[in-house]
Amino acid sequence: MDELMLDGNAVAGMLGQVFTAEMTTATMTCGKCGMVGAVGAMHVFRGAGIVMRCPHCDNVVAKIVEAGSRIWMNFGGMQALEITL
Amino acid sequence: MEGTTVLGRLTWQPAEVTGLVAETHRTKTIAFDVPGWAGHHAGQHVDVRLTAEDGYQAERSYSIASPPDGTRVELTVVRIADGEVSPYLTDDLQPGDQIELRGPIGGYFVWEPSLGGPLLLVAGGSGVAPLMAMIRLRAAAGSDVSSRLLLSSRGWDDIIYREELERLNGNGLTVVHTLTMSQPPGWTGYARRVDAEMLAEVSPGPAERPLVYICGPTPFVEAAAQALVDLGHEPQAIKTERFGPTGS
Repeated sequence: MDELMLDGNAVAGMLGQVFTAEMTTATMTCGKCGMVGAVGAMHVFRGAGIVMRCPHCDNVVAKIVEAGSRIWMNFGGMQALEITL
Repeated sequence: MEGTTVLGRLTWQPAEVTGLVAETHRTKTIAFDVPGWAGHHAGQHVDVRLTAEDGYQAERSYSIASPPDGTRVELTVVRIADGEVSPYLTDDLQPGDQIELRGPIGGYFVWEPSLGGPLLLVAGGSGVAPLMAMIRLRAAAGSDVSSRLLLSSRGWDDIIYREELERLNGNGLTVVHTLTMSQPPGWTGYARRVDAEMLAEVSPGPAERPLVYICGPTPFVEAAAQALVDLGHEPQAIKTERFGPTGS
């Protein structure tokens, strides 16, 4: 286990600047193992950018980098992001 | 949770310091007035942004420790000696100062009386802050939902909200402390890190289907959540919030 690991709660504020819905309860479907889980329960690692991993299989579901007024999002590791409007 | 949808995107809002209270020798609660605050749910958090004179900005996340109360928002901050943000918040902020907040954030790690119980709250150190919002809301709403708080602190003087918890103990709320590093003379309570045996003694059994909220440093949360799953609690009923270096 990585002591520096956070969870999806830590990036929900940043996601909330982009999406108009509450994001910790949005669900992600992992593109590798198919687990469906709340964004708030995803494992999050922060470095120069943010890496979100599936808590079940450790697959990287999302990579996000914020730089000034721009934000770059790669959701290539997930099958779906379901948001309740 | 339903009904927590934030209308529109989150934006940074100015927040004015209205009061500061020392909770322990290295922990302070800072009260803010946030004009236009739309209210929050117990368990939610905010992002704090500080901007230096040269434009450098630093952001951190802090749980809201106060129950919903108009435009008032309280954060409890632990001073991390080599931290970038917390020493400023705990040492330099004065009433009347302004910083920026973004929130409220979170619909996952929240509780309100209508969700019922029994409640099992497990906290490591300042992880008690969002759970305190739930305990305070429970008291303010006159709820008698059966609730247990297991709070792990280093020592007696490191227990955040100690006196208030003593006052609130009872009426369906049971507060249990474990002191991991030092204990006062005559201490008969737990004196070790939270483990499966302790959780089994303190928790409602899995058959009672408690709503579980665990908040603390990542290793603490991982250990407590795993122990509860091993004891037979449903993983879906266990809500976790971890804090790590962003808490600095």
